[in-house]
Amino acid sequence: MPTIVVEVMPKAELLDPQGKAVAGALVRLGKNAFTDVRIGKRFELTVEGEVTEAVLADVRQLADDVFSNSVIEDVVSITVLDAAPVA
Amino acid sequence: MRVGVVTFPGSLDDRDAQRAVRLAGGEPVALWHGDHDLQGVEAIILPGGFSYGDYLRAGAIASLSPIMTEVVDAANAGMPVLGICNGFQMLAEARLIPGAHTRNAHQQFIRRDQVLRVENASTDWTSGFSEGQEITIPLKNADGRFIADAETIARIEGEGQVAFRYVGVNPNGSMDDIAGVSNARGNVVGLMPHPEHATEAGFGPDMPDAMSSGVDGLTFFTSVIERALAK
Repeated sequence: MPTIVVEVMPKAELLDPQGKAVAGALVRLGKNAFTDVRIGKRFELTVEGEVTEAVLADVRQLADDVFSNSVIEDVVSITVLDAAPVA
Repeated sequence: MRVGVVTFPGSLDDRDAQRAVRLAGGEPVALWHGDHDLQGVEAIILPGGFSYGDYLRAGAIASLSPIMTEVVDAANAGMPVLGICNGFQMLAEARLIPGAHTRNAHQQFIRRDQVLRVENASTDWTSGFSEGQEITIPLKNADGRFIADAETIARIEGEGQVAFRYVGVNPNGSMDDIAGVSNARGNVVGLMPHPEHATEAGFGPDMPDAMSSGVDGLTFFTSVIERALAK
């Protein structure tokens, strides 16, 4: 069954306290190669049957209206995985 | 005056909000998130808590609840709506007020008696205060950092939609020390601190004259009731 993946990130200009805390931990581990860590969200939507244009249109709408809040986040990608032809 | 308090899965402070309404002389009405019925109330409170475990974003899933259709319609028609803490987050997610909330800048959950300055004493929920008055009510949250883009901040600052500002300490890194905002009409107000926890002497925040004696929160509820009676 195909899976639609929606990725959401906090807006680049905003402080990401979670990422900042992880970045601090990396420094404490002696991993100094990384100057920044940002943490986002990945939604995996499993679809029964074919990913039609109508399904994708729904996902784009939901990505904007539900999965993200445009005041603080950006939808960075919507991709279809395992899009094997349906038998 | 009948004031509805909506209970969502994960609401914590719905009973305290009902009690605050009663102490202010109103009649609290318990409303349920899964209904499409406001039961004829004349004002609505969205209480604090952790609806849906703060999954997705704080207040986001609750803002999509069945009853929110009626709440949004009523708010747009001018009914007074107060969002406290998680309720404030729901108001932002429902786009009834500008801005959004993120995790506190320092990552910690905070509980403290917080001093606020009343910046707008003309909203439905603040009319019993005087402009510039400083009040003390409890604050307790993890995702309390109010943010908006620069254009929105300039607009709400210019149009008096900043209802409350933190005084002394900014506990969560909110922009411009904003603690609460209203919509343009002034009937919808949201804030992070909890007025319902400062409504009865002996159970409120510590004040300079006596421990647990703070009742500054009661004015939120008497304001909306007195304004309704004056109409």
